[in-house]
Amino acid sequence: MSILEGKKAIVIGDRDGVPGPAISLCVESAGAEVVYSSTECFV
Amino acid sequence: MNSVIRGTGYPLVHVPDMVLLNGTTQTTERIVNPESEYLKKLGDHIRTYEQACAYYPNQVYIGNYTPEILEEVEFPWYDKPSPVSDRFGKYGEIMPQEEFYLLMQASDEFELLFLEKAFVEKYKPELAKNGIITEAILDRIHEGVELEQIKKQVNEHKAEPLRSNGELVGYVKNAHAIDENLSAHVMLENLVSKASSVLSLLYALKDAGMNPDDVEYVIDCSEEACGDMNQRGGGNFAKAAAETAGLNNATGSDVRGFCAAPSHALTMAASLIKAGTFNCVAVTAGGSTAKLGMNGKEHVNKDLPILEDVLGGFATILTANDNINPEINLDIQGIHTVGTGSSPQNVIGSLVVDPLERAGLKVTDINKYSPEMQNPDVTKPAGAGDVPQSNMKMIGALAVKRGDMDRKDLNDFVSKHGVVGFAPTQGHIPSGVPYLGHARQEILDGKMEKVMIVGKGSLFLGRLTNLFDGISFIVQANEGVEEEATVSRDEIRGLIAESLRDFASSLLESR
Repeated sequence: MSILEGKKAIVIGDRDGVPGPAISLCVESAGAEVVYSSTECFV
Repeated sequence: MNSVIRGTGYPLVHVPDMVLLNGTTQTTERIVNPESEYLKKLGDHIRTYEQACAYYPNQVYIGNYTPEILEEVEFPWYDKPSPVSDRFGKYGEIMPQEEFYLLMQASDEFELLFLEKAFVEKYKPELAKNGIITEAILDRIHEGVELEQIKKQVNEHKAEPLRSNGELVGYVKNAHAIDENLSAHVMLENLVSKASSVLSLLYALKDAGMNPDDVEYVIDCSEEACGDMNQRGGGNFAKAAAETAGLNNATGSDVRGFCAAPSHALTMAASLIKAGTFNCVAVTAGGSTAKLGMNGKEHVNKDLPILEDVLGGFATILTANDNINPEINLDIQGIHTVGTGSSPQNVIGSLVVDPLERAGLKVTDINKYSPEMQNPDVTKPAGAGDVPQSNMKMIGALAVKRGDMDRKDLNDFVSKHGVVGFAPTQGHIPSGVPYLGHARQEILDGKMEKVMIVGKGSLFLGRLTNLFDGISFIVQANEGVEEEATVSRDEIRGLIAESLRDFASSLLESR
């Protein structure tokens, strides 16, 4: 069982790294519920 | 007919007091944590004007060095003063904050910005020494007001203070009593953007060796919005800056797209010229106060100076093909579409690999790529990594995947075809375009043939879409204009006469 199974997740992606939607897909496939997802820019 | 890059302008403005007063990292901290250690320590980490001038990346930006110098100087660069620390460079200057306040006032059409009397008396002669500043601009600077008026406006009327070394020297007031879009805060941001755009336009014209009257259209691609409560982003920074810069024959409009805006604007400018609509188009962008000190917390934590202490400006002048200057080739254009997706692989694939594939070119056929030129001295300590290098690694990885080169050549590819980041983290300013000036010179000198400029933008920050964005184009050595076959009036007369003679002969023969 995944450590994310049944958990709620807040996803913050990085514009120059892995974007929010990509992280969300991974997290959801591991059984978590994404309650908030965004991508931020630090440059 | 392709357009050509006739000249570029790259000024910086060192604004230490604006870092403290106007950068959003600092303004947010003052609201949520006013007693924070960061705010207490921040003042000790501000660089002097001389230190900002003796900073390698800044000297590269204004054109006193090429980016290659940053491969020779050991990283990090902030603690290694550059032996060249001139105010003026090939493409611009590092303007001191005090003179910039005067330029902001000259850019103010609505008497919103006021400066103290003694301050104006001290710094107006300094600004007048600057050869790029026109008499018309100097004439727009007011005599100055009493300090008491400034204090009253700042303390009692929510005016935004202008400080020099912490001392109050002026203010920007609101342009409307209740409209937030015309608040003192927004007007200050917009006057900063406009004034630094004016400076950029003047330097680009100088580099192009052209007259202000030659410009027919101006496109502004900064990240600010001007308008009132009924049209929040009505515009138009382009025409406003053109007016102050003396481009009397120009009109213009604004293009927005976060950091991708300069590449969109250049695509449109090049298209306007290629279509024959205009012969001379300027693309310009001023700097952002909001991003000053954006990564300051990490810099202070690591005991570094605040490196995001300059506003950046950029402008370029495009004209119809002159058979000399590098051309913008719109036939090889990368576009990130709605359906492209946001993974780094998809983004770089759509912007770099796909257009080259369509043109029958290999990734290695491009001499240099300029994707995002953020200075890694700023971004690495803040945990954002080396952005230009990350882009190049992804381009290289896709080149390996496509079979354009061997995996073992990846590191060489990054250093040979990439450009070390040197631009201030001013959002739209570092995105692709900082290298245009250097690329133009290298192509003119015959050192390279093709450069790809890649603009990328974070549309999701506007909270209207989760989409990413980007657009790319090629700058290439001038291939010359093919002479169209034309026939002179005399030649036409000769041809008609010849035909009539033949006709007459045929009539005689038929008798």
